[in-house]
Amino acid sequence: MAEVLVLVDHVDGSVRKPTLELLTLARRIGDPVAVHLGPGADEAASVLAEYGATRVLVADAPEFADYLVVPKVDAVEAAVAAVSPAAVLVPSSSDGKEIAARLALRLESGLITDAVDLTAGDEGPVATQSVFAAGFTTRSRITRGTPVITVKPNSTSPEAAPAAGAVEQLEVAFGELATGTTVVSRTPRASTGRPELTEAAIVVSGGRGVNGAENFALIEALADSLGAAVGASRAAVDAGWYPHASQVGQTGKTVSPQLYVAAGISGAIQHRAGMQTSKTIVAVNKDSEAPIFELVDFGVVGDLFTVVPALTDEVKNRKG
Amino acid sequence: MSLRIVVCVKYVPDASGDRAFTEDLTTDRESVDGLLSELDEYAVEQALQIAGSTDGAEVTVVTVGPEDAEDAVRKALQMGADKGVHVEDDDLHGTDALGTSLVLAAAIEKTGYDLVVCGMASTDGVMGVLPALLAERLRVPQVTLLSEVAVADGAVTGRRDGDAASEQLSASLPAVVSVTDQSGEARYPSFKGIMAAKKKPVETWDLDDLDIEADTVGLTGAWSAVEDATARPPRTAGEIVTDEGEGGKQLAGYLAEHKFI
Ligand SMILES: Cc1cc2nc3c(=O)[nH]c(=O)nc-3n(C[C@H](O)[C@H](O)[C@H](O)COP(=O)(O)OP(=O)(O)OC[C@H]3O[C@@H](n4cnc5c(N)ncnc54)[C@H](O)[C@@H]3O)c2cc1C
Ligand SMILES: Cc1cc2nc3c(=O)[nH]c(=O)nc-3n(C[C@H](O)[C@H](O)[C@H](O)COP(=O)(O)OP(=O)(O)OC[C@H]3O[C@@H](n4cnc5c(N)ncnc54)[C@H](O)[C@@H]3O)c2cc1C
Repeated sequence: MAEVLVLVDHVDGSVRKPTLELLTLARRIGDPVAVHLGPGADEAASVLAEYGATRVLVADAPEFADYLVVPKVDAVEAAVAAVSPAAVLVPSSSDGKEIAARLALRLESGLITDAVDLTAGDEGPVATQSVFAAGFTTRSRITRGTPVITVKPNSTSPEAAPAAGAVEQLEVAFGELATGTTVVSRTPRASTGRPELTEAAIVVSGGRGVNGAENFALIEALADSLGAAVGASRAAVDAGWYPHASQVGQTGKTVSPQLYVAAGISGAIQHRAGMQTSKTIVAVNKDSEAPIFELVDFGVVGDLFTVVPALTDEVKNRKG
Repeated sequence: MSLRIVVCVKYVPDASGDRAFTEDLTTDRESVDGLLSELDEYAVEQALQIAGSTDGAEVTVVTVGPEDAEDAVRKALQMGADKGVHVEDDDLHGTDALGTSLVLAAAIEKTGYDLVVCGMASTDGVMGVLPALLAERLRVPQVTLLSEVAVADGAVTGRRDGDAASEQLSASLPAVVSVTDQSGEARYPSFKGIMAAKKKPVETWDLDDLDIEADTVGLTGAWSAVEDATARPPRTAGEIVTDEGEGGKQLAGYLAEHKFI
């Protein structure tokens, strides 16, 4: 059976959930071969094997952390040369998309970004994309070279399928472009203690209607009662009420949770671009004409300062 | 010191219009008004700020796109860029990201550059890959997705806020940078700027001018193909209640019914 390369997204060996989704999707096309770059390969390998990696190609070098993107392109290029895969799947993170793009160019292969689904086809993998602020769904295929496809978080649910996961050393020779951009320092994002926004099953977001940084405590309390991640509209982020890392929308994160709760958000096209594919959408807004109500499965026209705390209390009651 | 800055801007269909595909499954660029991609205004702004603090800096705006794409170049000239280049050729219709990067890289080389400034992503394709592709083609460092950028002593530095960490980056020129919408509000063209822009030169180049074979770009040269495009069915109207004291409870009831609680 053909092999499919999956680039592993991890933090010091702790594998992030989108990688498990990629391994699950990869099995529809062939045998997944994971590429693990940087530290923690031993810890990662067992998880990767559990989710179907037949082999785990590993390389660790200071270059991966000290320089931006290009060393990883060199490594994945080496992995492609070693494996001759039927496709290369990369998580749709900012690093991931840039790695995939440069790799595709080197391989003289087509590139598809931000796939939300992937199936095997007679002429190679077929990727589903959600485009124009989720107004259209397209299906695309790569017509030349080794398909390079980046896949968005939450594209499928990870399914375990234990495989050998044999760890093999990958030889990487860094090219002259590898050391072009120095990472002078790196500050890890402080953990919020809540689920990762792009991976969460439930997201509770606040917008301009929240009217102040201190009032985001209401949004956080609701999120915590539901075990949800917290998001924000750009209006709330631009006002300095909530960090940009939590922005949902075209220039923030795309989320596709089971449940999206929008409080004090009007539902502008750029916000919708980041949440429209959520399975269930509910909203609280005091304006019955707000466009967000066109999207909702359930909406409450009302003041979020009374509705949200009442909802939080009721959730807590019901959960006991 | 002189500094040749090239800003790449894309002309896109207005996101507030009804964007759609044409019969050959390419973006419909006729029935929806186009404009300078809003995210590229941030690139123009940062280019102008860098130019403003450097002696002998010159800002050239480059776009690859259909006839009307010149509007995007004009807008950037009104904001304060010095001159424009518009690459236009019927054979470019349907070009994929890799093909666009081939054309754009050739135009940038022909213009001459020390610094290329891009937006974080277009507002139509939204791939966010062109800057990385340009760096690969031009064989210069990529310093991308910057929320803060500065140029001094032949080097570019900036802050990249990534998914897991915030990184401080540095590279020597020439380089390709891209800036995010966190990099600072873009200026509006002043009346004086609008008048001045009318006299600024815009060159139009076709594929021949760039020594690019027509069959390496366009729909035929694309390395990916769209098989079908389906409009997303509108979400079926949900239940809307007006809060009269019970709104929170009613919403909780809905969530419980659907097993979220
Ligand atoms: C290039 C570009 C990219 C963009 N990217 C993004 C993006 O990534 N994400 C994003 O979100 N936006 C983005 N935007 C901005 C977007 O166009 C909107 O301006 C933004 O989403 C508005 O945020 P909002 O809904 O919180 O604010 P508003 O539109 O001001 O809406 C606030 C809502 O709160 C309601 N409200 C007020 N008080 C209360 C109350 N007490 N109780 C209940 N409801 C109340 C109001 O009725 C209103 O509907 C982008 C714009 C551009 C041009
Ligand atoms: C809905 C949709 C989906 C697509 N999917 C794919 C796909 O999966 N694979 C593929 O190969 N192509 C795809 N394309 C085609 C691709 O979008 C175009 O080829 C485009 O020129 C490059 O990608 P982008 O618009 O996403 O630019 P991005 O990579 O998002 O642009 C980043 C920056 O590059 C600069 N830039 C981008 N385009 C131009 C330009 N024409 N002129 C000057 N500067 C520019 C701007 O500074 C911009 O801010 C898609 C197009 C659309 C509309």
